[in-house]
Amino acid sequence: MKQNSRPINVGIGDLASFKWPITALSSITHRVAGVVLFIGVAFMLYALDLSLSSEQGFLSLKEMMVSPLGKFITWGLLSALAYHFVAGIKHLLMDMGLAETLESAQFAAKTTIFFSAALIALAAIWVI
Amino acid sequence: MVSQVTSLSRNGVSDWVIQRVSALVLATYTLWVFGFVVLNPGMDFATWSGFFNNTGMQVFTMLAVLSTAAHAWIGMWTIGSDYLREHTLGPRATTLRFIYQIGCVLIIAAYLIWGINILWGNN
Repeated sequence: MKQNSRPINVGIGDLASFKWPITALSSITHRVAGVVLFIGVAFMLYALDLSLSSEQGFLSLKEMMVSPLGKFITWGLLSALAYHFVAGIKHLLMDMGLAETLESAQFAAKTTIFFSAALIALAAIWVI
Repeated sequence: MVSQVTSLSRNGVSDWVIQRVSALVLATYTLWVFGFVVLNPGMDFATWSGFFNNTGMQVFTMLAVLSTAAHAWIGMWTIGSDYLREHTLGPRATTLRFIYQIGCVLIIAAYLIWGINILWGNN
């Protein structure tokens, strides 16, 4: 019998050799967006704090948000939020037993990517 | 059943429920705030602070902050337990994961205190 040389554990270094089916891609993006939001909460709290502190604070936040960097951060956070939101809804639907076959799960992943891409594009238009 | 001493509620099923309930709170809050912003183009300070300056919105915002804390911990814990392991990091994995977890806890605690201060601080 031929010795099985497949690795038992996979490490970070094996990532490139993985196949990335659409369901896996949609899942890892949900996680990445979650981590972005975890860091992004600091920006959101900063913005909320400044915007509610005084009229002056509100206006200085508005000024920050129209700068190129401010627009990029706003759009980046909205994008992460949009993806995490849509993928989260998919998760809740799957919890209810929907989209559990291979084909329907692939459809759900594609739908998630489609809707969040549309929202991310809308966010870009809105921010600009 | 193995009790995970670092998971939020020491119980996977309970964490699972908390993750979903907090997700629903956050989704509703997101739609509510975002809807208000979209429906009020050219927002001024009076409209914005008026939106937050009532007990209902303060309670809703506080619920969102608490949900963020729970949701973020369960999510970051899951990611840490999935990736920061011996086969990715070697024998120091437990120590590194513990440091990562402490870092996450401190950030979440800071967010919580900051959020409470924004809502009810006298500044």
